[in-house]
Amino acid sequence: MSKGPTPSEVASVYLQHGPYGRGHDVHGHGYPEARGHGAGGPAPKRVIVGYGFWLFLLSDIVMFSGFFAAYAVLVHQTAGGPTGRELFDLKRVALETALLLASSFTCGLGYVAATMRQQLQTQFWMLVTGLLGLAFVILEVVEFYEMIQHGAGPTRSAFLSAFFALVGCHGLHVTVGGLWLGTMMAQIWVKGFRPVIMRRLLCFNLFWHALDIIWVALFTIVYLLGAGA
Amino acid sequence: MKLLGKLDWSAIPLDQPIPLLASAAAGGVVVGVVIYAWVKGWWPYLWNEWITSVDHKRIGVMYIILAALMLLRGFADAVMMRSQQALALHGAQGYLPPEHYDQVFSAHGTIMIFFGAMPLVIGLMNFVVPLQLGVRDVAFPTWNNTGFWLTATGALLVNISLGIGEFARTGWLPYPPLSELAYSPGVGVDYYLWAIQIAGVGTLSTGINLVTTILKMRAPGMSYLRMPVFCWTSLAANLLIIAVFPILTATLAMLTLDRYLGFHFFTNDAGGMPMMFVNLIWAWGHPEVYILILPCFGIFSEVFSTFSGKPLFGYRSMVMATMFICIVSLLVWLHHFFTMGAGGDVNAFFGIATSIIAVGTGVKIYNWLFTMYGGRVRFEVPLLWGLGFIITFVFGGLTGVLLAVPPADFVLHNSLFLVAHFHNVIIGGVVFGAFAGYEYWFPKAFGFRLHRGWGITAFWLTLAGFVLTFTPLYIVGMEGMTRRLQHVDNPLWDPWILLAGFGTVVIAAGVVSQLIQLVVSIRMRDQLRDVTGDPWNGRTLEWVTPSPPPTFNFPVLHDVHGEEAYWGMKQAAIAQERLYDEPDYKPIEMPRNSPTGFITAFFATIMGFSLIWHIWWLVALSFVGAYATFVVFAWRDEDEYEIPAEEVARIDRERRAARGPEWLASLGPQA
Repeated sequence: MSKGPTPSEVASVYLQHGPYGRGHDVHGHGYPEARGHGAGGPAPKRVIVGYGFWLFLLSDIVMFSGFFAAYAVLVHQTAGGPTGRELFDLKRVALETALLLASSFTCGLGYVAATMRQQLQTQFWMLVTGLLGLAFVILEVVEFYEMIQHGAGPTRSAFLSAFFALVGCHGLHVTVGGLWLGTMMAQIWVKGFRPVIMRRLLCFNLFWHALDIIWVALFTIVYLLGAGA
Repeated sequence: MKLLGKLDWSAIPLDQPIPLLASAAAGGVVVGVVIYAWVKGWWPYLWNEWITSVDHKRIGVMYIILAALMLLRGFADAVMMRSQQALALHGAQGYLPPEHYDQVFSAHGTIMIFFGAMPLVIGLMNFVVPLQLGVRDVAFPTWNNTGFWLTATGALLVNISLGIGEFARTGWLPYPPLSELAYSPGVGVDYYLWAIQIAGVGTLSTGINLVTTILKMRAPGMSYLRMPVFCWTSLAANLLIIAVFPILTATLAMLTLDRYLGFHFFTNDAGGMPMMFVNLIWAWGHPEVYILILPCFGIFSEVFSTFSGKPLFGYRSMVMATMFICIVSLLVWLHHFFTMGAGGDVNAFFGIATSIIAVGTGVKIYNWLFTMYGGRVRFEVPLLWGLGFIITFVFGGLTGVLLAVPPADFVLHNSLFLVAHFHNVIIGGVVFGAFAGYEYWFPKAFGFRLHRGWGITAFWLTLAGFVLTFTPLYIVGMEGMTRRLQHVDNPLWDPWILLAGFGTVVIAAGVVSQLIQLVVSIRMRDQLRDVTGDPWNGRTLEWVTPSPPPTFNFPVLHDVHGEEAYWGMKQAAIAQERLYDEPDYKPIEMPRNSPTGFITAFFATIMGFSLIWHIWWLVALSFVGAYATFVVFAWRDEDEYEIPAEEVARIDRERRAARGPEWLASLGPQA
């Protein structure tokens, strides 16, 4: 392994250049060119916020993986009750998928409008995103309601417990995302496109797209495999 | 529907004097402190400068104060367990009935891990990491404050259970089916679940915060292989937090669904699988022990290097060993339940993986020994904790490797041998490490050293008490005594149980010495003053700053040219017989303090309490309150304030004045 400079070599660099050679980070906002790979000092705020939010999304995906694992373990534990094949309505699920993917597209359009500082366009696309999300949640609630009415609620079997928890956890995320969306719309309306708000909008976009990624896994593993098996 | 859910007067344990008196005393002390601070007029200061502070240093100190209180509470539980067993010999029943003893050992484990060890380690990381990275704060300062207060919420809920209702009787990890509603109908498990879930949000936010800080906010020139080892081990620990705390959240959410809504994840009937809980919880639980120990390995690395007057031996191998442990720690969880019956192949895989992880730790032990070899070793208190650690931890590690062999584990599973093993690594590793860090960085935090004599006394008493308590437990465990027994009827074990009880008394003397050390040091602070900000002749950037460091840490950021940036600067200054020229001071913008975290935690406490007692309207109300807090925070316009250049210059000139030619000469030429 190659070694770093020895302590005396380091000392001689400081003797020649002093401790503050590269210019000062005066306001603590980070160097504009820095990306945090070591050489440049603290990264700019936008990079820090985006990076931190990515880490949060990763942790959220780990949490979902816990529910996925539980579902995979319990999927055949139907305790004499209905199986996925008897319960899943692929047409409705296809519609849900279409709604959610479309909402991700409109969410992206909203961000594009925001980068162009178009207040009305931004509000419009965010509203469309919210309505599509709402329609998705309503379809899911109807599905849950019908299953419970037919005696296939989460208390019926371990399989159904895992199903309701996994799908419901995703639905809860979409609902919370909707709450966030509404708050963001109000904020953009009142305060305009400040840097701090643009950073939050970036995080919201990441969140909304991550919910899509989780839904794709959910759609495949729960519904497609479940209806086919 | 009742207005207060399940809550009524029967929740107060009027028939049990011990928890009643303990909670009355604790509540009385809290009220007394509040009134005393009010009479003295301290509240505006406490509110403005501490409770709402977003300064990573103050948050770090608050974490450590919380940890110290909870360590005392957890230690009180330990004293009760050891004394109960020592008194309940020859058919006697002792003073703790079984249903109370069950709560004591559950609370002991829960409090020590979640609210003692975790806040201690997180507090040290919070305080030290930005200073060592040479930057002004963490990535998300307000979140940092919120995370602390959510952790405090969890601790508060666990302690409320002492006086209102009961705590879990299921052990520190509530294994189903015992923890299911059918077998634990009371609120004890619910207290556990909501306390841990709320505190877990705080821990996760710390993990995200510190990883972002370490990866994206370092002083110019500090490439990965120039970071101090403590930053590396903190990075590894916080990566593990992000990777595994969500598993804990998911697992406890499943148990919550079982208990509250009749789901069947872990029930005996309808296809539920109790062993799935055990697998999931240890997929979090084993990495958790490395989350605790890795930062302590970092502390020891700093301590051995500083007090040997040498760079750390094998810095790069230390980094590799740290990241190796970080990854392999995710592959060993099954060794907590070899007896599950997964079969020889599975057990062999996990047994071998567990033994391999000891290789990484072995590399570290040798590196520390070689760091001391040939150095000018100064036997200050942090180094004593380090030496005590090396000796005790090697024994703890060896018994761990023994337990990693499945056939041996079948004999020793759930015995006191196991209890002795994990106390050996957690006390000998985490607690000794945190105490070393406390002694080492205390002058940095408060501007004066801790009293050396009382520190040495505390060290020897704690070490001796530890050996006296846990060696007997190894022996009776080897002879077949299982854990969590309210009384034991085997006269052959009597001497060992009495000896363990005596050892606990010695540890208690160590605890008292440490408290005395704090009081004596505060009284003698003028004699113990750290004027220069570099009391130990340190090597990393936190020692550039004055003690205590100003809010902004560094007047200007330093360039980093090697592994030990500050050591290099100091050698250059010694060679020139003066400090480098004054920099060009500019105003500095710092984040404003915010009550967001405290108010959020206030609502979280109410929400947790009302969820435990099924007071649904209050749950909804407190959720709305927490959401409103979030919106108000998001709406603020001013989030930073400016420290004028003259103020920055004044603070830095004071520091420079303290580091005059005499100080440089006293350090002498040493490379």
